[in-house]
Formats: sequence, C-alpha cells, structure tokens
Amino acid sequence: MQSAMALSFSQTSFTRPNHVLGSTASVFSTPKSLRFCGLRREAFGFSPSNQLALRSDRIRTQSSGFQVSASASSNGNGNGAPPKSFDYDLIIIGAGVGGHGAALHAVEKGLKTAIIEGDVVGGTCVNRGCVPSKALLAVSGRMRELQNEHHMKSFGLQVSAAGYDRQGVADHANNLATKIRNNLTNSMKALGVDILTGFGSVLGPQKVKYGKDNIITAKDIIIATGSVPFVPKGIEVDGKTVITSDHALKLESVPDWIAIVGSGYIGLEFSDVYTALGSEVTFIEALDQLMPGFDPEISKLAQRVLINPRKIDYHTGVFASKITPAKDGKPVLIELIDAKTKEPKDTLEVDAALIATGRAPFTNGLGLENVNVVTQRGFIPVDERMRVIDGNGTLVPNLYCIGDANGKLMLAHAASAQGISVVEQVSGRDHVLNHLSIPAACFTHPEISMVGLTEPQAKEKGEKEGFKVSVAKTSFKANTKALAENEGEGIAKMIYRPDNGEILGVHIFGLHAADLIHEASNAIALGTRIQ
Amino acid sequence: LATLSACSSITPRNLSLSLSLLKSHFSLFLSLSLALRLTKLEKMSRLLQTPFLPSVSLPTKTRSSIPGFRVKPRTIPIQAKIREIFMPALSSTMTEGKIVSWVKSEGDKLNKGESVVVVESDKADMDVETFYDGYLAAIMVEEGGVAPVGSAIALLAETEDEIADAKAKASGGGGGGDSKAPPPPSPPPAAVEAPVAVEKKVAAPVKAVAASAVHPASEGGKRVVASPYAKKLAKELKVELAGLVGSGPMGRIVAKDVEAAVSDGGSVQAAVAVKEVAAAPGVELGSVVPFTTMQGAVSRNMVESLAVPTFRVGYTITTDALDALYKKVKSKGVTMTALLAKATALALARHPVVNSSCRDGNSFVYNSSINVAVAVAIDGGLITPVLQNADKVDIYSLSRKWKELVDKARAKQLQPQEYNTGTFTLSNLGMFGVDRFDAILPPGTGAIMAVGASQPSVVATKDGRIGMKNQMQVNVTADHRVIYGADLALFLQTLASIIEDPKDLTF
Repeated sequence: MQSAMALSFSQTSFTRPNHVLGSTASVFSTPKSLRFCGLRREAFGFSPSNQLALRSDRIRTQSSGFQVSASASSNGNGNGAPPKSFDYDLIIIGAGVGGHGAALHAVEKGLKTAIIEGDVVGGTCVNRGCVPSKALLAVSGRMRELQNEHHMKSFGLQVSAAGYDRQGVADHANNLATKIRNNLTNSMKALGVDILTGFGSVLGPQKVKYGKDNIITAKDIIIATGSVPFVPKGIEVDGKTVITSDHALKLESVPDWIAIVGSGYIGLEFSDVYTALGSEVTFIEALDQLMPGFDPEISKLAQRVLINPRKIDYHTGVFASKITPAKDGKPVLIELIDAKTKEPKDTLEVDAALIATGRAPFTNGLGLENVNVVTQRGFIPVDERMRVIDGNGTLVPNLYCIGDANGKLMLAHAASAQGISVVEQVSGRDHVLNHLSIPAACFTHPEISMVGLTEPQAKEKGEKEGFKVSVAKTSFKANTKALAENEGEGIAKMIYRPDNGEILGVHIFGLHAADLIHEASNAIALGTRIQ
Repeated sequence: LATLSACSSITPRNLSLSLSLLKSHFSLFLSLSLALRLTKLEKMSRLLQTPFLPSVSLPTKTRSSIPGFRVKPRTIPIQAKIREIFMPALSSTMTEGKIVSWVKSEGDKLNKGESVVVVESDKADMDVETFYDGYLAAIMVEEGGVAPVGSAIALLAETEDEIADAKAKASGGGGGGDSKAPPPPSPPPAAVEAPVAVEKKVAAPVKAVAASAVHPASEGGKRVVASPYAKKLAKELKVELAGLVGSGPMGRIVAKDVEAAVSDGGSVQAAVAVKEVAAAPGVELGSVVPFTTMQGAVSRNMVESLAVPTFRVGYTITTDALDALYKKVKSKGVTMTALLAKATALALARHPVVNSSCRDGNSFVYNSSINVAVAVAIDGGLITPVLQNADKVDIYSLSRKWKELVDKARAKQLQPQEYNTGTFTLSNLGMFGVDRFDAILPPGTGAIMAVGASQPSVVATKDGRIGMKNQMQVNVTADHRVIYGADLALFLQTLASIIEDPKDLTF
C-alpha cells in the first residue's frame, strides 16, 4: 500500500523498467525465498504496529538456526578488517523505510543492530512521500466523489456543495506522518535497535562515523540514505511558488493554476490532488507521451480518464529550461524548449510549479571515497545481492546499499525488501531478490497498478530471447462489482509467455487496482503459471 | 476486436464515379460483416451503407446554392486526392460515435490498413483503419468529440503537398459534428473549394485584429494566456481565445471569460451578416450566408470594441505644402500613404500617450515602438499591414516597405508580425472622395485616425483675405480610458504643424 515514490531523473519520471530488465537474470533463481519477500513487503507502511508483531512471530520460527552460520560466514568475509570485536553486528545508515525494514529483520535474526539517522526517522516515504501523499489522495478521492453530482445522482444520492478547509486537509497529512513516524520509532526502540542521531558516513571497512566524532564499528554496514527530489538545472525552487513534492505535501496553498513538470507517479498523483481541490493543472513532459513509465495501453486509457476530462492540459516533448518563482507581482515564468531541437517553444505564466521530475540519490558526504567507491550519477553501484561495488569493479566486503541510493527500483517497499534480503545474506542465507515481483501503484482515482514488465518491454525481451508474448485483457465494464460502484472505466491486462505460461507482467487501471495487483504479484513471486 | 475501415473519396462532378465508389463501400462492408461474423450479410451491408448516401448525394444538391463561378474546374484534380474519413457505423444500432483517441496526428503518414482512430460506439471501442495510403491532413473532430455516423471526421491527403489544401478544406467546410447536436454532413468538397482558397488566406487578418486584443501577459498579443480549463471550454464551445479579454490574475483568460463570451456571442452575429451580404457584389439575393472564419473574427472584434469607451476629435489640415512635397518626391517612389504614416509617426513620437494601449482596464502600456498600421481593402476583407518604427525609418525606405507590404497583402503572404503589431492605425478613404468619416477603434490599440480626401477649399485667413487651399479632414477615435481630449487635440495640432510644414518628413 505504499509505493508511489518510484522515480527517476530527467523529466521522464520513471526508470523502473531499466532496472527491472537489468535484474531479470535472477528471476526465479531462488523461488523459496522469493515468496518470503513477496509477502513481507506489504507488512509495512499501513499499520506497522500490528503487522510487525505478527510478522515477527512468523519470521522467528522460520529463521532460527541461522545465526551461528551467519556470524561464522561474515567473520570469514571480514578478514583484513582491523577490529577483531565490533560494537555492532549491523549498522544501518538511514532510518527510512528501507533501513527500518532491515533493522527489524536484523533484530529478529539476533543481530545487534544500530541505525543512524541525521534527520527524522521514517525518511522520505513516511515524512515527505508515500504516507502524506496517501493522506492527501484520500481527501481528493472523497472530494472528487462528492463533487461529481452526476455520479452521486446516479446512485440516488444528493449532496449539497462540497467544500474543504485547506488547513484541515494539510493537518490530516501531517498528523498521519507524525503517527507513522512514532510507530516506526517505537517499533525499533521496543525491539532494541539503537537509534543514533547524526549524519553517518563510512570511515573505512566496517567503520562508521556519526554525528560530530562518534566512531563505531560493525561487522556489516548497510547504506540506506535514500533520495531527494531531483531538480533539473535552470529551475529555481523557492518552496512557495516553485516547489517539489517535499513542499507540496505540506499543502500550504492550493494555487489556481499549477504546472507540474513530469507526468510520472508523483506528477500524476499530485494532479489528482490538485484538480480535486479546484486547481487547474498543466503537465510538462519531456517525452512525447504523458505517463511514459506505464504500459502504453494503460497510459492511453489513463489519459482518457485522469487527464482529458479534468481541468488539465499538457505540453509533451518539451523541457522546462528555466523556471522563475513568482515575485514582484509577476507570475511563475516557465520557459519551454523543444526536447529534441532545444529550440525555445513556449512560455507559460502560472501561479505555481511543482517539480516532479524524479528523485536523485542522497549519497553526498557518505565517505564513499574512503572505501574507493565511485557513484554513478549519484547512485551507489551494487550487484544483485546489494553488495557495493567499488571503482575497480570489485565487491567491497561487508558493505551493502539498499533503496533509492542504489537506484535499482525506487520504491519504498522495494527498499524494505532489499534490506531484508541483505539481512538474510549477512546472517548466512544466500538470497537474491526478484524485483520483477514487486508491484507498484499510483493512487490516483481510479488507481493504476502494475507488476513486472510492460508490453513493449516483454516484446523486446521475447525478441531477444526468442519467445512469443501474448496478452490477455479484460474490461472493468464487464465487472458487475465495478458497475455497482458506477466505476466501469478500467482494464486489466496480463502479459505472458504462451509457450510455458510464465507471467511477465500485469497492469491494472481501475477501481481498487492497487489492491488487486497483489494477486498478480504473488503469482509472479510464486512462479505460478498460466494453465 | 473487429477492425473497421471507413475511408471514402468524393467525386462531386461525376455521379457514376460516386456510384462506383458506393459499390466499393458495399464490398468493403461486406468484408466487414464477415469480420464481424454476422450472418445476415445482406441486411447488414444495407444498414451500413445508408449512412454514406447523404454525403455522396449531397454535392450536387448543395452545389446549386453556391454561385456557379466559384466552382472552378481546376479544383477537380485536387479533389480526387483528398479523401474524407467518415465516422463508421460499427454496429447496426449505432447512430453516432465518439472519438476516443486519434492514433495518428495531423501530418502523419498513413499506410493502408493502419489504425487511425479509436471510436467508441454504443457497444465498444474499436480501431478504425485506413484503406488508402496518404497523409492525415486534418482532424475535423477532436478527441472526445461526437460525430454522427457517416459524417467526415478527418481528411486524408494523398501527398504532403495537399495537406495544406485539405486543412483549408477542413477549416472552411467542416467541423462536422463536434457537438452533441449532429450538424449536417460536411459540405461537399467541390463546392467549398473555391471559397476556401480565399478564406484560408484571408484568415490571416483575423488574427491581426484578434490578437491585438489580448492581455499584456501575452507579450503584446503574441500569445494567448488562458488556463487549462479555459482552453478546454473554448475548444468545446468553439470560442476563439484570441478575441477574449481575460479577467483572471495578470489578465489570464479563465473559464468564466469563455462562458461569458458564449452567452453574449450569439445575438450579434446576425446583424453583421446582413451588412456583409449587402456589401458583396454578385451575391445571391435572399440567401443566408454563414460567416467565414474571418468575418466571424471581425464580428467578434467589432462587438468587443463596444466595451471600450471611445471619443472622437476632428481636425482640418491644410495640405498645400504636403502636396508640393509629394510632387517633388513622387519620382523617387515615395507614396502619399508613406508620407502620411511618417507624419503621423513623428507626431506620435511627441505624444507617446496617443501611441499607448490599455488592455485590462487597470493599466496601460506606453508602446516602445511606433508601428503605424494602415488599413488596406483586399477582396473579401481588410488587412492592416504595419509600417514598423515609422518614426525612425526614412521616408524612402518606408515607401519601399509599404509597396512590399501591399504586394504581399494582395498575394496573401503577409507574416503575422507584418499585420498584427500595429500600435496606431491609419484608415484612408480619401481616394474615394470621402471627405470625412469615423473609424472603429481596433481593440488593443489606443487610437485610429480616419483620413478624408484633400480638397480645394475656400479659406478665410487670419489676415482677412480669402484664398484657395487644399484641405483634408482627419478624425481620430481614441480610447478615453487612457487618452483624453486634450491629448488628442495636442497630437492633432502637432500633426497639422508637421503636415503644413513637411520639411522634416524627408530629412
């Protein structure tokens, strides 16, 4: 239920496909543990306290007995490292959802664990991402419904003019973030994870500094520093009229007209929120099509439902080369250039601009040079087991990187799954995460969800590897439950190999799509085949 | 999914050809029916074929109401190559279809059998494919629009060169069925062709007048600043955004401006139509003629001008010296229009307020350059080529420029900046012997000057003598929100002194 913050650079908003493709080699290699992660990842985010407790029980029974071999193997790996005894078994830098997931699992594995956080516990997802955005989207969904007189009338309901109080909406989002943050903090404290405050950096092998000059050692280190909103050059963010998702989630204003740069997950979700609250929206997308990260058929239909009938227009194939915040009574000025020819194309004057062009890894000042690691566009290079790769292409022993900082799949629950996978490894059980079974959802109204490959990706893979690709589709119009809700717009499509029945991808657009995708995600994780 | 095709070409001159085409539709739909696995082939094809009848038979009918001289034989070859894409009948009960999305966009090359458009029928969404190679020249019904079965939804050009022709055709004849109320099937191409040729090009001045009416936020009328919803509404309600004055922040056009424009737009058009019919020679009396795009825009602008509080100040100027100067420099290619424009520009330079413009009612702009627009009648309309920086350019260059502009205007080749950047307008009817008239202020500018004929008059001078002098009357209409009586009086005084002592004009 948490996803939604998967993003990339440039203004294309969504790099997931590449990463997914990159990791296809590992598909189904360890089916047993795959299932484990497929289930696990959903345990977060929603109501951590209950679910976590449940989960702990299950895991404990499952994994006792690995501890001995775990420490043995990691000692073996850690040769050459100076300290003989360590302050901790595991140190995690960054207490976001990824770090939190790893920490809880490490404790369950019996590892002495510390987590270092320089800002607030919960990271982007809880404080500036999925969690507050879900709160705003919950409001926008209801607002949209109440405003839709025609829709209400068809149910036989009468609603007089619906309105909202901006501060009230903002408070709801803020309260939710606080609540989840406290839940997260408490869950770690209760299990005995040491929460160390201050910015963490890597000093050398198995050595970490945090705060001013506190130095601690650990057998294994996980970097989970996440990402920050990416702002292309030429764009001046003032936090008031030119904003990123960080600011937008505080909902300090609802502008009459807001331009959203980037039509990926973030942009799309915010367009849903803003239009429901009465704003008009202009999308600026660098690629020729809106929603470029989604399956083309899905994005086409989504555009018909989520964009065309709403107070939204768009410019595609253009970069926002310069954005100047509003000042001295002038509006926000956006200069558009052609994405290909770089020639000036248009100028927009709007009340506000939201930069949703993706997210950049937050890896500066991590002391990576101390272990000879060179970032790629800021991302920390890792292998399929999240082990950090140094500048010479060799593995750095005992150092792992999970979540947005490695850029494999920039989703909160993916970070958590990666963290758990790493803990499995350091406690002695080899594990490779199948990224293809991790679903993603965009919580617009209606929702969009997906797992696995898009149709063009599947076809490309099929061409390369010499198999045929088939697609099965069904329309929500044919679903009585959907019709009962008066929400017949939507389709679900499954992409599969007709020769062996392997499910390559599932895409759903329609009411409750984000809930429905789990069935598909599970099927992929379990290796279920089409009969 | 069944894939359907619905392309057709129309040959208005040749009925037998139409019939043969009809047959081809017949077979086309037969194969369709097979594709649909329908058993009652005969019945089905009959059902499907009927929608096409009106569009095929219409040409001959409609043509008779259009004056014969407009249908020129030379247009026929072009006809054959521009095909219409019709709203197909996707089921036996379908009467109209909604365009879900255009798979191709204007200018795209189409290959036979490719999907062009997705249509939502009463049953399902279906891809419609083309049966001809060519270029998608013009989309006549936008996405989300509804069109009755059998009406044209797009034009298909055979070669790239014909795209422009097809576009003109679409804008002139078409728009068939964007709204719920199904309009009659699109006008037959042959009948439309001749008028369109004129119309397309004459459409230019429309923009000239319209664009000048927009807000400062739009960089002096170059761009229209309208909110996304306003744009959407305007498209739906077919309102020209360029002609609207925005009431939103920074003069932005917002949804309610578009709605307002629709509610007060309807009533005025009839009145102007009457005038138009009376003016045009060779028209069929008693016929009702719908506005061309240009006439529509002129109408909107003229109505809009009523929102500006204008007043008029007249002046009589002695032109003996000017006439003498003109005789001297005429051989060097200097024209009277250039002289008048130059004199006006020099006077404007001294009275910048008369060269200003007020667009939003809250502020006004002292325009940085003096661009004198001069109204020129061309067949079927009016255009205002602009002499830019007329105060700075010397009279010989100005005359050459003017000649060039007029030639371009006649050939309908003026570029937008050559007709829509005027800051002050001159209108001269002196050549017809008109001694005085007044002009309507084009929205977005501060003043316009109507110039009458220069005529010999008997004049009593201050020293008590009576003499003969050449005099002309000028009459300036100005926006009283920014230009006051005294401003105009001083401006006219300056202008008169320049014209009466014109040595500065040829510096």
